[in-house]
Amino acid sequence: MVNLNVNIGNIALKNPVLTASGTFGYGEEFSDFIDLNKLGGFIVKGTTLNHREGNPYPRMVETPSGMLNAVGLQNKGVDYFIDQIYPRIKDIDSQIIVNVSGASIDDYVAVCEKLAPLDNINAIEVNISCPNVKQGGMAFGTTTEGAAQVTKAVRKAYPKTLIVKLSPNVTSIADIAKAVETEGADSVSLINTLLGMAIDIERQRPYLSTITGGLSGAAVRPIAVRMVWQVAKAVNIPVIGLGGIMNGRDAIEFMLAGASAIQVGTANFIDPTVTLKIIDFMNEYCDRHNIKDINEIIGQI
Amino acid sequence: MKKHIIDFKIVENRRLHDIYSLLILTPTSGQQLPPIKPGQFVQVAIDNSKTTFLRRPISINFVDYEANQLWLLVRKAGDGTSHLINMKPEESLNIILPLGNGFSIPADKNTRVLLAGGGVGIAPMLYLGQVLKEQGFSPEFLIGARSAKDILQLDILQKIGTVHISTEDGSLGEKGLVTTNTILSQDIDLIYCCGPAPMMKAIANVAKNINAQCEVSLENMMACGVGACLCCVENTVKGNVCVCTEGPVFNINQLTW
Repeated sequence: MVNLNVNIGNIALKNPVLTASGTFGYGEEFSDFIDLNKLGGFIVKGTTLNHREGNPYPRMVETPSGMLNAVGLQNKGVDYFIDQIYPRIKDIDSQIIVNVSGASIDDYVAVCEKLAPLDNINAIEVNISCPNVKQGGMAFGTTTEGAAQVTKAVRKAYPKTLIVKLSPNVTSIADIAKAVETEGADSVSLINTLLGMAIDIERQRPYLSTITGGLSGAAVRPIAVRMVWQVAKAVNIPVIGLGGIMNGRDAIEFMLAGASAIQVGTANFIDPTVTLKIIDFMNEYCDRHNIKDINEIIGQI
Repeated sequence: MKKHIIDFKIVENRRLHDIYSLLILTPTSGQQLPPIKPGQFVQVAIDNSKTTFLRRPISINFVDYEANQLWLLVRKAGDGTSHLINMKPEESLNIILPLGNGFSIPADKNTRVLLAGGGVGIAPMLYLGQVLKEQGFSPEFLIGARSAKDILQLDILQKIGTVHISTEDGSLGEKGLVTTNTILSQDIDLIYCCGPAPMMKAIANVAKNINAQCEVSLENMMACGVGACLCCVENTVKGNVCVCTEGPVFNINQLTW
């Protein structure tokens, strides 16, 4: 029997497989397809202080081995989440992690304060890396000062496990990671989407209403693996790796690069059962390599 | 309605036209098809494509529960659908179904219903017409196309109800657009519509003018099909909502057209 249990801050995951925010709704959307209790955890849609309508349609376009999106953090706000959604999902036997976004530091703090008392949510992922909103989001995540400021403020407001989600749209992601570690983050997750753009040459217009959007999918994977490797070398807190993980092989690749856990995003759209297949692959891989505990492979490169 | 992921095999690929194929599918395992409502759609995985990797949303053309067969009418639009229309019998397709809300069926069987389709937009109308007929309605169809050769599934639609036709070149039915077809001057209670956005908007206007209820089926670009990615939103009186879960069928009163 292989041990797949890994720890991130103060939370234990029964396996390293999480789902990426914005690709798995609130879990419920996938309950016809998989037993959510089998996941290490799932990270719910980006949640803000107030209701957000998000960006106008069109919000997505498929690109080679990837897709661009420009959803823009559409959500009904943290109060709606707490009142309406949390009661429906709180008893799922899997770590529920809320992704938190804000246009200002006060927004981030206010959302974290509201989430902190929820018994069955023991971690948040602070999104300082959304490329699709005008204010906040990535603006905080592209400088060490901005990233440090948000982390410091949220750390004071949120006593449980604090994960900070990093943007790849920076010169040195390791420097940003070190800055948030210094301010008390328990873990970093990376990468959020890469800023991209695609043009419909017949209509001579961009495909997305926002012109630019966030690139995800297999196309970004080598960049994500490289960044996870760089960050894992630079910090002493656990790293959560994501970016184009399509199958079990890719998940193991991230763990070898230094990820203690992984998130599956775009792949959920193609195969809603992919997360369970990845867990099966991890068991099979460890057996095949005579590994008793998956923690042994973390950061072997 | 519970969603399923099922492997299907192609029973028959009936090429209706240069760019249209009718794929007749059955679950490979022999399992029974789940309950499916007219107007719902499926997400089809495209294997071995060099340029696509997301699933393709395709509306359900017909469900034959006796033969346990699912019909998909596919129009070649890009590489994904090009792969689909060239599939051979016995090849397999992984499909998520049924998705979306489907058309509403009125309680009063005397409601005069018109099922309007433009181009491949006729696809969901076959199954809708069949279900309406089985429930005691007398469905009528309105089909628009460029030319007679672009009118799809005419023979089978005629077995269900009267078919009114408009072609742009006048080669079949009335000459002109569907929106000018004389059937629309009659006393219609409810119009179901699927087709290109300009056609649906024009039909919606006609419906308002003749005081008919109108439901349209939207085909916004989508990724997941299950309400997770929030990419396929339509702006409605309730704000942005997912076409894949709250639609694809909307009463025009819900839209901001």
